Amino acid sequence: MSNKDWPLWEVFIRSKQGLDHKHAGSLHAADAQMAIENARDVYTRRMEGISIWVVESKYIHASNPAEGSSFYDPANDKAYRHPTFYDLPDELRNM
Amino acid sequence: MPVNISTYQPFNLSLHLADNALILGHRNSEWTGHGPILEQDIAISNIALDLVGQARNFYQYAAKLMNESSVDGKENITEDTLAYHRDAWDFKNCLLVEQTNGDWAKTILRQFFFSLYQFYLYEQLQNSKDSTIAAISEKALKEVTYHVKWSSEWVIRLGDGTNESHERILKALDDLWKFTEELFIPADYELEAANKHVGIDPSLLKSKWFQKVIEIFEEATIPIDNLSGLHSIGFYGKEGKHSEHLGYILAEMQFVQRAYPNCEW
Repeated sequence: MSNKDWPLWEVFIRSKQGLDHKHAGSLHAADAQMAIENARDVYTRRMEGISIWVVESKYIHASNPAEGSSFYDPANDKAYRHPTFYDLPDELRNM
Repeated sequence: MPVNISTYQPFNLSLHLADNALILGHRNSEWTGHGPILEQDIAISNIALDLVGQARNFYQYAAKLMNESSVDGKENITEDTLAYHRDAWDFKNCLLVEQTNGDWAKTILRQFFFSLYQFYLYEQLQNSKDSTIAAISEKALKEVTYHVKWSSEWVIRLGDGTNESHERILKALDDLWKFTEELFIPADYELEAANKHVGIDPSLLKSKWFQKVIEIFEEATIPIDNLSGLHSIGFYGKEGKHSEHLGYILAEMQFVQRAYPNCEW
């Protein structure tokens, strides 16, 4: 039972007030059920969450850091994409 | 009004429940830093902490009862007094929980047998006429529900795993089965507590427990032909008669408090 036999899983936790699951970290587990239980034991010991998602790390596809400049830099000077040019009525809260 | 504490059943029952939880919690804590994989190291340590937490609740209650019963009102018994300043013959834990950790399979099977027993026990004790025992049991039941799930999945995983894991769980069964009968043989204080509706007669839990063990064992492909009945080795930890292991556990667990009484850190 060595580490290399157990795949890596990414763990996502939704906190009590949170609306979305947030990446909490990763861990090793033999199957999905064990991954959820391991996540419960490793990442929710201090009341961090009320819902857990796990996904095998190999199914996560990531953007390529080398493409960073072409991916993200062009958004840099598009200030008009931010909805900051409107005057909000006073009655409107929570924006 | 002072009561005679040595025959007061909520006291003896609390002490028994606390000792069971403390000794198994201590055994499990021996895995901390030595687990087969980091995630399971944390899992078994979490269970250890749950059990020590249950022990504290029952010890605190037992200490309160002792202090209230003292004639001059001057006793100052605490949970630490009960955990660290009693000798082996005063401990009322069953023999199963004091058995050595062995390999992972033995630790898992010991946990499974005991957690399943605790599950059915606390389920009943939630309705105890003693409101403190009922409240502690209700809280602990949530923890134990998870312990049963975790340990039974491990029993299945090992039994229905590789040849080696299968052999190891069979060896564990051979080592531990003889300590199961004791769980269901009532000690005097258990029967008396049951008569007062403070506790329950544990023999009533036996068939449910056995049924569930068979169910999990079938899934784990662990042969059940030899499990015609439970076995006992003829003396009972519940009554203060322990295997040689308890003395070593206490020597390690109690050393600091014995050497430096009432020290804190």
